[in-house]
Amino acid sequence: MHPALQAVLTVGIGVSSAIAYFYLANMFLDKVLFPPRGANAGRNINRANMIRPWVFLFPALFALCLYLAYPVVETIRLSLTDRVPGGYEWAGAENYVALTKDPKFWEALRNNFFWLLVVPGLSTAFGLIIAQLTDRLSWGNIAKSIIFMPMAISFVGASVIFKLVYDYRPAGEEQIGILNAAYLALGGSEPQAWLTIPGLNSFLLMIVLIWIQTGFAMVILSAALRGIPEETIEAAIVDGANPFQIFFKIKVPQIMPTIMVVWTTITIVVLKIFDIVFAMTNGQWGTQVLANYMYDKLFRANDWGMGSAAAMVIMLLVLPILVWNVRQARKEMR
Amino acid sequence: MDNIAGRKPALGWAVNLSVIFIVLLWIFPTVGLLVSSFRTADQIASSGWWKAFFPTEQTEQVRTSDPDDTRIETDDGTFVVEGSFYGEEGGPPISAWGVSSRDVSAYGPGDTADMGEGENLTLLEDGSYTWTGNDDQISGRGQRVFVTAEVPPEFTLDNYDSMLFGRGNDNISKAFFNTLTVTIPATIIPILFAAFAAYALAWMDFPGRALLIAFIVALLVVPLQLALIPLLKLHLSIGIGKGYLGVWLAHTGFGLPLAVYLLRNYMAGLPRDIIENARVDGATDFQIFVRIILPLSFPALASFAIFQFLWTWNDLLVAIVFLVDSSGDTTVMTRHIVELLGTRGGNWEILATAAFVSMAVPLLVFFLMQRYLVRGLLAGSVK
Repeated sequence: MHPALQAVLTVGIGVSSAIAYFYLANMFLDKVLFPPRGANAGRNINRANMIRPWVFLFPALFALCLYLAYPVVETIRLSLTDRVPGGYEWAGAENYVALTKDPKFWEALRNNFFWLLVVPGLSTAFGLIIAQLTDRLSWGNIAKSIIFMPMAISFVGASVIFKLVYDYRPAGEEQIGILNAAYLALGGSEPQAWLTIPGLNSFLLMIVLIWIQTGFAMVILSAALRGIPEETIEAAIVDGANPFQIFFKIKVPQIMPTIMVVWTTITIVVLKIFDIVFAMTNGQWGTQVLANYMYDKLFRANDWGMGSAAAMVIMLLVLPILVWNVRQARKEMR
Repeated sequence: MDNIAGRKPALGWAVNLSVIFIVLLWIFPTVGLLVSSFRTADQIASSGWWKAFFPTEQTEQVRTSDPDDTRIETDDGTFVVEGSFYGEEGGPPISAWGVSSRDVSAYGPGDTADMGEGENLTLLEDGSYTWTGNDDQISGRGQRVFVTAEVPPEFTLDNYDSMLFGRGNDNISKAFFNTLTVTIPATIIPILFAAFAAYALAWMDFPGRALLIAFIVALLVVPLQLALIPLLKLHLSIGIGKGYLGVWLAHTGFGLPLAVYLLRNYMAGLPRDIIENARVDGATDFQIFVRIILPLSFPALASFAIFQFLWTWNDLLVAIVFLVDSSGDTTVMTRHIVELLGTRGGNWEILATAAFVSMAVPLLVFFLMQRYLVRGLLAGSVK
């Protein structure tokens, strides 16, 4: 069978059985389990309505528990065990100790820290500046579309795009990477293999993510800027504030909560960053990050214990944001 | 607000210019790759893509036709070879030429090169030449000539032709269909699950509802890296193994928190009157959901569908863990490109084309549905 046809068929079966589940379970509840008839009609309706939410929730909850909640628990367990032929062996904190002794781990942690310092801050700042600049522009929407566009491009695609930018040819050959061409045109002595220069190369990888995430920050902050009550700005103008004062002293403080949301959202993306490093340097030349380190341990070194321990480190770093998010959400519910 | 006092025209200019600068900066890298995908390997290697729009000076080494076959003896005993380097179809006008590799542009068009002892070569702008000399000089191989000409910009579709329809391992069309096979179910299934769950969380009353919402918000940020090993282990032990079913389920699980969260927020904001009136009229929850909530929630459903589509289409990690096996039959485009980066690192015509084939669909979706994407982003984070 042609793979496309097979795919269509599988999709059809999967989707229709999911629909059938909701329809049949709902019908079973009303017609068979608690029919609204006979002596207990009233009680039956109440009972059916107590169960119905769980019928609707079940597939989603089941998938969430199996695919996100269970793995957290299982990863904790795996990080405390070693895989031995035929099973597992309790290892206690051994994997974590091994982690702290691996210089590559510290390199990854240090790099992740720099990513955290640079990417969310710069993306948010650029996003805010561009949102403000394009706000009153007649062609602002076109400009925003173009800056937002990288959001649709995969990390891998973006890596290819920027690998061409950073491309290096030995001295004497025609440089086809624009960075080297510009560097030579501006008086650089000889072309540089940018991605192999420790320290600088991590920053060059960060630029790729900033390029992608700025559009996200811009879209959200631009909506927030539009939501600022006009009176506050008019009052400031009447009082003689200049445009910079209006921006920094009137607008920015009012959208601070949104800036925080954008900042934390990008922080989470940064903590999980994998594809860009995997595709561009694969952690060589001092560019390792936690997620790629973990992938290395899991699927190249086949060390599930240490890989799980590294995953737990990522989880620990995400935890404060998780708690903050939940508290924000609960505050809103009230 | 534009004409309020205090807004100087100079500032307006500065804003316009700086936005133009930023936009150019942002689009520049992508344009570079796009232009490269329409150039031949030789063009890419010999000049930067930013030079592709301008005519380039190219110096080529050519030879006159073989004197032993084509020379003509004249009345005074000399021999002549005449012809054209361009043949019938013509070519760009020659700006300079030479007969020695030490000075490839020694002569201009129409000049005659004196090669000593009466041997002469004349080359005109249109590529036609006359080579004269004695019996000994006009023999053996054709005379080597270096011609320099302005070549107009030239683009080709060959790269796309060979990547999409060509034979060989670089061809990306199989990976394209595999990506599609991953993406469509991985978008539809979570929407279906999430819509029912979101309705229950928004409009049905039951104990533990607030706690469940908090649980889902917490799951929003759980890194999927944690799930790789436990789930791969699970898939292998229950017989799903590495394959489409596994990757669909994984994407469903990873996409659900955002889906439920987005849809619940949207549904909770729908007018209460409509739903209560329907209840009073005797509609069951199932009917309310299918007839009222689903149609009204279309914008939110579309937003999430676009998100999930872009995310599953662009995903690399989930695919390489749960889908791609050693046979490589189920490779997806992102994986294919990473492989090309390894094996074809310098072949930019291949890399650029592969990257653009993979970006075409998301970019199309992006530009057509940008409105919904923005709306979804706002609902997902500003809350």
